[in-house]
Amino acid sequence: MPSWLNRSQLVLVAALLAAGLAQFFSNHLDSYVLSVAMGVGINIVLASSLNLINGFTGQFSLGHAGFMAVGAYTSAVLTGKLAAQLNPIFGGHIYLLFPFALVVGGLVAAVAGGLVGAPSLRLKGDYLAIVTLGFGEIIKVIFQNVEFVGGAKGLNAIPDYSNLFWVFGTTAITVYTVWALLNSTYGRGFLAVADDEISAEAMGLNTTRYKMVAFVVGAFFAGIAGGLFAHLNNSINPSGFDFNKSIEIVVMVILGGMGRHTGVILSAILLTVLTELLRQFGDYRMVIYSLLLIVLMILRPQGLMVWPFKNPLWFYLKAYWPFRMLARRPTS
Amino acid sequence: MTELLQQVINGLSLGAIYALIALGYTMVYGVLRFINFAHSDVFMLGAFTAFYSSRAMGRWGFASGGFLGGLLVLVISMAACAAVGILIERLAYRPLRKRSTLTVLITAIGVSLLLQNGGQMVFGVNPKAFPNIFPSQTFKLGGLVINSNQLVVLGVALALLTALHWIVQRTRIGTAMRAVSFNATAASLVGIDTNRIISFTFGLGSALAGAGGVLYGMNYPSIEPLMGNSPGLKAFIAAVLGGIGSLPGAALGGMVLGFVETGVSGTRWSTYRDAVAFAILIGILLFRPAGLLGRNRIEKV
Amino acid sequence: MSATGLQLNKVTIRFGGLTAVSEVSATVRPGELAGLIGPNGAGKTTVFNLITGVYSPTEGAIEFAGRAITGLRPFEITARGIARTFQNIRLFGSLTVFDNVRVAFHLHLRQGPGQSLSRGPAFHQEERELTERTRELLEIFKLDRVRDEPARSLPYGDQRRLEIVRALATQPELLLLDEPAAGMNPAEKVELMKLIQFIQERYKLAILLVEHDMKVVMGICQRIHVLEYGRKIAEGTPAQVRENPAVIAAYLGYDPENGPTK
Repeated sequence: MPSWLNRSQLVLVAALLAAGLAQFFSNHLDSYVLSVAMGVGINIVLASSLNLINGFTGQFSLGHAGFMAVGAYTSAVLTGKLAAQLNPIFGGHIYLLFPFALVVGGLVAAVAGGLVGAPSLRLKGDYLAIVTLGFGEIIKVIFQNVEFVGGAKGLNAIPDYSNLFWVFGTTAITVYTVWALLNSTYGRGFLAVADDEISAEAMGLNTTRYKMVAFVVGAFFAGIAGGLFAHLNNSINPSGFDFNKSIEIVVMVILGGMGRHTGVILSAILLTVLTELLRQFGDYRMVIYSLLLIVLMILRPQGLMVWPFKNPLWFYLKAYWPFRMLARRPTS
Repeated sequence: MTELLQQVINGLSLGAIYALIALGYTMVYGVLRFINFAHSDVFMLGAFTAFYSSRAMGRWGFASGGFLGGLLVLVISMAACAAVGILIERLAYRPLRKRSTLTVLITAIGVSLLLQNGGQMVFGVNPKAFPNIFPSQTFKLGGLVINSNQLVVLGVALALLTALHWIVQRTRIGTAMRAVSFNATAASLVGIDTNRIISFTFGLGSALAGAGGVLYGMNYPSIEPLMGNSPGLKAFIAAVLGGIGSLPGAALGGMVLGFVETGVSGTRWSTYRDAVAFAILIGILLFRPAGLLGRNRIEKV
Repeated sequence: MSATGLQLNKVTIRFGGLTAVSEVSATVRPGELAGLIGPNGAGKTTVFNLITGVYSPTEGAIEFAGRAITGLRPFEITARGIARTFQNIRLFGSLTVFDNVRVAFHLHLRQGPGQSLSRGPAFHQEERELTERTRELLEIFKLDRVRDEPARSLPYGDQRRLEIVRALATQPELLLLDEPAAGMNPAEKVELMKLIQFIQERYKLAILLVEHDMKVVMGICQRIHVLEYGRKIAEGTPAQVRENPAVIAAYLGYDPENGPTK
């Protein structure tokens, strides 16, 4: 059996096919369940992409929602205001226009990631956190002030292009990308940079480049998630991409154990579902949420998902094999 | 000309409020090397305590609206906030004393969210009109319109800053605070009870934030549970601008930011004023991370 | 490494009002085992930090293999062939022993992020090669049994050895060792001395050693440079340095001829 080449990419292809299949049968599902499922997928993308930056490369970024916003707005503009110009290029085929819009959204978000990363990444710890927070807020303020994208009121009537295939397909690609990137000698460099930057640099690693790659790739997927989000909720406004949203994503990463692939996926699922369940409690929701956060940090800061292998839930979630592959400890 | 003077006065009072909040951030960072995200919500609690206590006082027949009444409200708010600050430190931060910065930061965010959302639950989401706790009069000085509240804000801020300076420089506990901020281990080795000092620092910083909340309420029409976010973030920027860990720096940073914000509000870029504050933050961290008055720390390799 | 080796030309660094290193000039020839000694606070680690680019000199220049390296970033200097260990061990504690070494092959990687994603045959080929070379290195230095342990769980002596192995993985021509014998008992120090000589012979490196233990320094160094208060006060063979009155005075605080020096 040849090396991992075939296995991991085969799994990816299988996952994409599964997503397609799921989409095919999606008519039988309740639309609420569908939207929650898609929400889960989007959050997995957000959490995994932030995990690359925070968890694996150790850069504390609190502005991830800003990149999401960039992707959301860009793709919405492409499928909305610019649809008339773009449609002829794609022969009116939405299944070409939509991924195009998503990818462009991701690329613009990646550029934003580079712009934010370049000055910020020479800072450490608290300071980096605050600066990324600041950038996230600046992005929000900019969107609030640009009339072309609706200003503070945001964009409405965004077409309903998100479906299970696009969402879960993106999820599969994101998870594969983060995993594949890290599972190589090159990829170990991210972990080294997170562990001890001075030491990493002394061993010949260009720490700035590693951090930038993490930032840009993370921002790219956040942008795509934003696009999927926009076309799921049909309307977006700047205040939905504020600091609170960034914190939500950060919590998913921390809960999942900062730098564990499966942990972060599970925690994204858990938290999305939990948010839905707590919605019935109205105002109490955020109070409970914040209390949980505090208690968790005091009692179990390494996250809830540190031993996914022993968690039985896990086996029932998807096919056994891809998870087993993902859960394999990152050593040689 | 009068416009300019008007802006100066506005800038001064906004700056004073930012300075008071910024001092809390910087003091806590000084002794614990940690950014207390929940500080801005203590500020909010100060405003609400003033709101409810002045109402209570009115109901119970105290001279509400009188000058002494106003002072009493201020003192109550400051005391309440000091207590809250100390409580938060004991319950949420002390258990995490040895953990990584990230863990504590997230906890602080959790506390902040708790206070905000709890506030929304308890106080209601809608803004409340802040009452006049001090007797209010408006003076007109040749085109300039000054409200006595603004004068009170300036006066109180000045008094508090002076008191703080005296405490930190002239008292034993202030010296202990400074010792802990330089080197906590060494401080404990010379017999300073670091836990007590840290609690005291939190109490002091929170009291100032509470006062800031009261003063803010006096200058602005309404208060609501999320009001701490924006001034809190800006006061933090002020603290960094002045040099985090430096008390005069925080005061200076607060004033500078107050003036800059007031200035920007007066131009047509007014809606970008928040972004301007962040741009300042980013600029400072990139070009002069130690801040205006801060000291540079070099990591020993 | 060309015949010129490492050259420090009147290197000075000031931190605010403090001059930590002042006009230090020194040469380490290719293949030489040199020592850098001096009382505490003399500036030895600072010199290392200057050479490796952690600090930039305020004045003066540093050259290696005939090219200037002043002001380059640490990873660029490592790319030129200078590797180091640290006074306080700085391993990648959360990574396994294996990964600590593997990651140090970074400079010689052909792969990058793109290849990690596409995972073609070339990628796998390189991964196999690197795995083999890492395994080899670990075996030579007797760390292969613990290859999958997190680095921070190793005993102190093993950690020090691992740090040296990791530095070797970058394939340097000059190896800087910062107090490698710190915290070791006499038997371990003897092992260390043999290890350093072994490395020098096998990999044909120059080694510059900062050490406090005189037995170690005098035992293996061919040439010794002595610093005091940031200045170089002596240079020579172990025998010469041992007899040098300035050196004696610096270490004892007392000049046998003239009484206290301070």
